[in-house]
Amino acid sequence: MNYPQIPKSWNIESKPHKFCPGCGHGIALKALGMVIDELGIQDKTVFGVDIGCSLLAWDFFNVDTIQTHHGRTTPVITGIKRANPELITIAYMGDGGGYAIGSQHLVNAAARNEKITVILINNTNYGMTGGQMAPTTLPGQKTETTPYGRDVGETGYPTLGPEMVAAIAREGAYVARGTVANLRQLKGFIKKAIENQMAGNGFSFVEVLSGCPTNWRTNAKETWDFIENTMTQYFKVGELKVPGKGE
Amino acid sequence: MANKPITGEQRVFMTGNEVIAYAAVMAEADIMYGYPITPQNEIMHYWTRLAPKYGKKFLQTEDELSAGFTTIGGVLAGRKAFTATAGPGNTLMQEPMSMAEMMRIPTLLIVQQRGGPSTATVIYSQQEVTMTTYGGNGEGFRIVYSTASHQDLYDYVIKGFNTAWKYRFPTFILGDGYQAKMREACVMYDPAERGIELVKPTPYMGAPGTPGVDRKPSHMRNTYNTEEELYEVVMNLAKAYEAIIPEVVEFEELNAFEADTVIIAHGVVSRAAKGAVKELLAEGEKKVGYFRPITLRPLAVNELREIAQRAKKLIIAESSYGQLLKQIKEAIYGTDVEIHTILKPGVGITQEEIVAKYHEVK
Repeated sequence: MNYPQIPKSWNIESKPHKFCPGCGHGIALKALGMVIDELGIQDKTVFGVDIGCSLLAWDFFNVDTIQTHHGRTTPVITGIKRANPELITIAYMGDGGGYAIGSQHLVNAAARNEKITVILINNTNYGMTGGQMAPTTLPGQKTETTPYGRDVGETGYPTLGPEMVAAIAREGAYVARGTVANLRQLKGFIKKAIENQMAGNGFSFVEVLSGCPTNWRTNAKETWDFIENTMTQYFKVGELKVPGKGE
Repeated sequence: MANKPITGEQRVFMTGNEVIAYAAVMAEADIMYGYPITPQNEIMHYWTRLAPKYGKKFLQTEDELSAGFTTIGGVLAGRKAFTATAGPGNTLMQEPMSMAEMMRIPTLLIVQQRGGPSTATVIYSQQEVTMTTYGGNGEGFRIVYSTASHQDLYDYVIKGFNTAWKYRFPTFILGDGYQAKMREACVMYDPAERGIELVKPTPYMGAPGTPGVDRKPSHMRNTYNTEEELYEVVMNLAKAYEAIIPEVVEFEELNAFEADTVIIAHGVVSRAAKGAVKELLAEGEKKVGYFRPITLRPLAVNELREIAQRAKKLIIAESSYGQLLKQIKEAIYGTDVEIHTILKPGVGITQEEIVAKYHEVK
């Protein structure tokens, strides 16, 4: 029997990692670590993390990592890739960094078909700052700034990120939504997203449905139930755009 | 592919923005990331015309935040990347520049000042002094050259790349709308032929080898968890910055250390000030001098104090409501010198006005 291994590209010195118990970041980063190992790209990967919970991954891997400002990971990674196209460049951010403060960078990187990979963790709230509403907060969901539940009449509907990116990005882009509840599938999406960059096809984007038990105030069972059964009703898991498979 | 657009020395009659584009090519810049804003647009226009001929790149970003952060990315990848902006764009650029300050990322930002605040005019001012010298969150560990002519633009763009990469502090060329748009003569040259050695960039990300196997990974952060941790980081920045001040500080003067009345100005206004002092000296006024800080950050504090201790009067002339004045007052704190001013936010200052002011306060 094969037991789960710690990815070789992980930095053992920074483990155990600093995310809250039950947080999905560790699982997403494990999937990414496995992909880096399988593709043998540890020597040429550059990893960029945003402000927010993702910044805790600044020393997560034994790969060159830059921790940037809130919402600005996409342009930093774009700048690196444009300057040295040989590098495999990955921007890692949360729903705030990608869909709120950094949304214009995401939109324009997708429109330009930047040959970078963006991995965005969707946990329906702002984790690091204490659980405020995010663009992805579900209708009726309670957060620190929607204490009576998100009123879509006041604040609109949750952002459908991959759907938006798929609509903007053109031929050569890869867009998918995975979940930490299905590691094997998620790893497959991340692998395809990075392979797409390596092939020089175009923009690659993976949204990852993830849990935030601390701010959701959920126990283990309720956390997984929310990820697997509630989030997936609104955020459909699967591939939205695959190069060569048409629009 | 041609190697360099300039060989030997060439006397040209060009706009300042065009001069900057040539200087960037001759400084061996690799890539420009930019976003349009008046009056710096032609830097991009000329760069995009020159770039493909010399194997260089350009990206027009979605805004100045992106231009600043992609520039940082280009530098991290080991390339000489730069950007340019003005006015409200400079406001946005302060965010990436504060990151560059914290992480010691060499960045070169060319600012062609327009009138402010807000959108204001697209023409001219010296109102971006405070923002360019101290604009980010943090302490403002940066180097700001205030240029006065097209020759300065050419010289200091080449020098600015070297300063940024040598000392690894954000470096700014602070021009203005007049310098951007007007034509005047200057001499362009190959820096190598003048013995100027260009500092080579090094990659901060993606250097050869496998991180964690045959080299340490580059783990760069600007977030710190405790007060003490940040204190140590910032104090180290301060120490490094203070150590380079004597090497970096630049100024120009005429009779300033002998005069009773010293006229102080920077940028294009310094040309009027220098002209006024020359005129007054020619008229037989012996006790008048001129001082121009070239680096506005760091400022030539020692020289300014010496002048202030010796002279009786200072006349500070600037196209802002006292942004240079504020810095000079701080520099000469405790001296008894009388301070007079010509403060004209967003408006040019002539030699005649300065001569008249001299006679008025004499």
